[in-house]
Amino acid sequence: MDDVPEASLSPTLPGVHKPAPSVRIRGLRAYYGDAERVKGIDLDLNANEVTAIIGPSGCGKSTMIRCINRMHEEIPGARSEGRVVLDDVNLYDPSVDVIAVRRTVGMVFQRPNPFPTMSIFDNVAAGPRLANRRRSDLQAAVRTALEGAGLWQEVADRLSEPATGLSGGQQQRLCIARSLAVDPEVILMDEPCSALDPTASLRIEQLIDELKRRVTIAIVTHNMQQAARVADRTAFMLDGELIEVGPTHHMFTSPSDPRTEDYVTGKFG
Amino acid sequence: MTTYSSGTPVAAVRLSSARRTAVDRAGDPILRGLTWLASAVAIVLFVALVYKVCDLAGESFSHYGLSFIGRETWNPNPSTKTYGFGAADFLFGTAVTSFFALLIAAPTSVAIALFLTELAPRRARRPVATLVELLAAIPSVVLGLWGLIVLAPIMSSTIEPALHAVLGWIPLFSGTPSSVGILTGVVILTIMTVPIVSAVMHELFGTVPGELKEAALALGATRWEMVRMVMLPYARSGMVGAVILGLGRALGEAIAVALVVGNADAIHTSLFEPGSTLASHIAAEYQGATTSLQISSLAYLAVILLALSVIANLIARLIARRAPLRLGAGVGGPE
Amino acid sequence: MSPPAPTATLAGRLMGDVRLRRRRALNRTMETVATLAAVAAVVVLAVVFVSVVIKGIGAINLDFLIHSEVPFGQSGGGIANAIVGTIVLVALASAMAIPVGILVGLHASEFARPRTAAAVRFALDLLNGVPTIVTGIFVFGLLVVGHTQSGYAGAFALAIVMLPIVARAAQEVLSLVPATVREGALALGATRWRAVVRVVLPTASSGLITGALLAVARAAGETAPLLFTSSILTTTGVSTNPGQTLVSIPLRIYQLAEGTSPSEHSEAWAAALLLILAVLAINVVARALYGRTRARMAAMQ
Ligand SMILES: Nc1ncnc2c1ncn2[C@@H]1O[C@H](COP(=O)(O)OP(=O)(O)O)[C@@H](O)[C@H]1O
Ligand SMILES: [Mg+2]
Repeated sequence: MDDVPEASLSPTLPGVHKPAPSVRIRGLRAYYGDAERVKGIDLDLNANEVTAIIGPSGCGKSTMIRCINRMHEEIPGARSEGRVVLDDVNLYDPSVDVIAVRRTVGMVFQRPNPFPTMSIFDNVAAGPRLANRRRSDLQAAVRTALEGAGLWQEVADRLSEPATGLSGGQQQRLCIARSLAVDPEVILMDEPCSALDPTASLRIEQLIDELKRRVTIAIVTHNMQQAARVADRTAFMLDGELIEVGPTHHMFTSPSDPRTEDYVTGKFG
Repeated sequence: MTTYSSGTPVAAVRLSSARRTAVDRAGDPILRGLTWLASAVAIVLFVALVYKVCDLAGESFSHYGLSFIGRETWNPNPSTKTYGFGAADFLFGTAVTSFFALLIAAPTSVAIALFLTELAPRRARRPVATLVELLAAIPSVVLGLWGLIVLAPIMSSTIEPALHAVLGWIPLFSGTPSSVGILTGVVILTIMTVPIVSAVMHELFGTVPGELKEAALALGATRWEMVRMVMLPYARSGMVGAVILGLGRALGEAIAVALVVGNADAIHTSLFEPGSTLASHIAAEYQGATTSLQISSLAYLAVILLALSVIANLIARLIARRAPLRLGAGVGGPE
Repeated sequence: MSPPAPTATLAGRLMGDVRLRRRRALNRTMETVATLAAVAAVVVLAVVFVSVVIKGIGAINLDFLIHSEVPFGQSGGGIANAIVGTIVLVALASAMAIPVGILVGLHASEFARPRTAAAVRFALDLLNGVPTIVTGIFVFGLLVVGHTQSGYAGAFALAIVMLPIVARAAQEVLSLVPATVREGALALGATRWRAVVRVVLPTASSGLITGALLAVARAAGETAPLLFTSSILTTTGVSTNPGQTLVSIPLRIYQLAEGTSPSEHSEAWAAALLLILAVLAINVVARALYGRTRARMAAMQ
């Protein structure tokens, strides 16, 4: 009986198109203690699209996306207000379980952070294991997730080796596989390429392009070329506020706000 | 001549600065020499200690050899037939008290350290950590006094009967409850080791990278699952080191144990019975040593105790020194 | 086949299921266990402290403080000689251990090559791990055999207990002194020893005092090193002469605790109250000072 829902959560096969939810952020404010760092943001992440979030360092990009999977509230003294609506469910609704939120909205961090004590296999299996998945299912889930992250061919014959033996780019794709293994609907990426070399970054960008067929993606980046390459829409933040959001080509060619223009033309930041 | 010695202000300045450079020139090598000497003293002290204690044990060693370790008698009355000495009873008592104390102290310390790193409200963290550490500052004789007069009666009236009722079918908890005894020693040693072990673990858990903890939480782990997934594996070897460090302390505690353990040189399976440890037995005999063989045998006990604690310390250090896990090793390397 | 599970919808998925509730329950259990463990530790501290206060306070009075112990079998008597003995023993031990310990710390921070410093640290850790009863046996063999017990022997044994505490604290705190502070003095033309005296030691002073205070607190509460070195009284009354045996408060508590009469026990509690107050007070002061040093060092970096 309990196994039925789990079966329906097995990772979606790569390449298969799967409708993902849209995310509507409304009136989002985030605080560290008394300091308000995200000051009332309204932003939509369209379903099965990549939305890039750009802005100068310290403007609140990380804080904002960490509110989408409710990781912000893990920081002592931090809190947030507002709504984050997945299709029609407000993630901050009291009936919603924060742990279920994090399994639905996956996250990839700035520095690759595979679990150093675990093998490649165990890293990917860590999420599914929390839900007590059966052994045979686990093998399949790990393989599907690694395929989804474009890493399967490189690691298939060394799944039991420590994850720390992988290169930086591989580690980051392993982290993507780790979050794919719990079959998220949305993936948040916080500067996922900032610790990687250009070749490894390109590989991740290609992966993002494939992943959006099955998940909705938000990516924070300080690299405007990267935003231009991967994002369908781009949002520009400044000092905790959303200045402008629109189709990426529009943002980089004819932004409507002069501050956006200053930023994308490199006048500050 | 006289004018020179009475001195103009200028000459005085010149003189003092000349004297100053002389002092300065001598000062560096003197300071260097003194500090070197102090460091040498630290090393020599340890070597001398080992040598001297072994030397004192010489008579007993040449009398008994290594069989001393296995001998079960401790009879200091030279006019009796069974006059003779051996360490077996005390080794047994040391092993049992330390083992059970650490069996309780290790998980308790993990729990306290987890509370301090993960659960305590930020404002409560430092005060609670300080209070737990202050527990280690209570002089062992005071804890022993408390154990003897406050704890021991409770052990025999309440705790031991309760254990006996529930677990009496295990030989460890068979027998009649008594106030002083091995189990009371175990409780006191637990109280003494928990603050030490939990302080090391608290520090250890503080070194677990936040990024790993966040990765686990972002996968939808509960806090406890995060602890099991990330913190315990990351800190595992250090935790073993911390427990062994606590073991070293438990082995060597003399006074508090001597006051509550019952000071009987006998081996019993029941934890309610009185016993002795190496350290507590040495302490208990401080006034009674009469023959030189007895004194030498006490030193022999000290040698065994010293060896055990040095080994525990070495193991703890070896484990602790193992390179900490590196996060993101190979980041930025070629694909 | 089976009816559509509630988690098949996004809303259902976000609400969690039975298994998730079970995981949460386990989490809550473990959090409770951890909290209880911390509470238990604090409660034990409180219980021990309160027991000592309640049982000790009644027996403390002026007579107890100003009189010395009386020969076995007589009633009355006080603890004056043990108080004085403890002060003399700890002062002597401090005079040996504190300067040597700070010099060891300076050796590591100013002169020694890393390998040498590590070797000294290793020896100190070993010394710190020696059971104090064994330290007592060592000093007994070194200074008492062939002579008599004495305050000097007891103080020497206490100094051995103190040395690793002072020295390790000194090594740690001196290594925290920012290189810029030291180099600043050297750049002004100061010789190394002047830099040490004028700049390095003052910068680290409160940390050094912390280490010294913790060692003093530890020595003041130690019994085991004194059993074989300074325990058998040859004189009655207050004595400050370390050439003779000096009795100390911890040793007195040990002897009284082993006694059987209620009056002995109440004297033991009174002595324990004095000891625990002194030791905890020194510890609290030491910790407060240390917090300040760290803050200062952090500000300098
Ligand atoms: N843990 C924290 N505690 C307090 N302030 C923080 C914390 N993390 C970030 N901030 C502050 O919040 C603001 C936004 O930070 P962040 O979201 O990390 O910016 P970005 O990701 O755009 O560089 C910054 O001013 C930063 O100093
Ligand atoms: Mg950021």
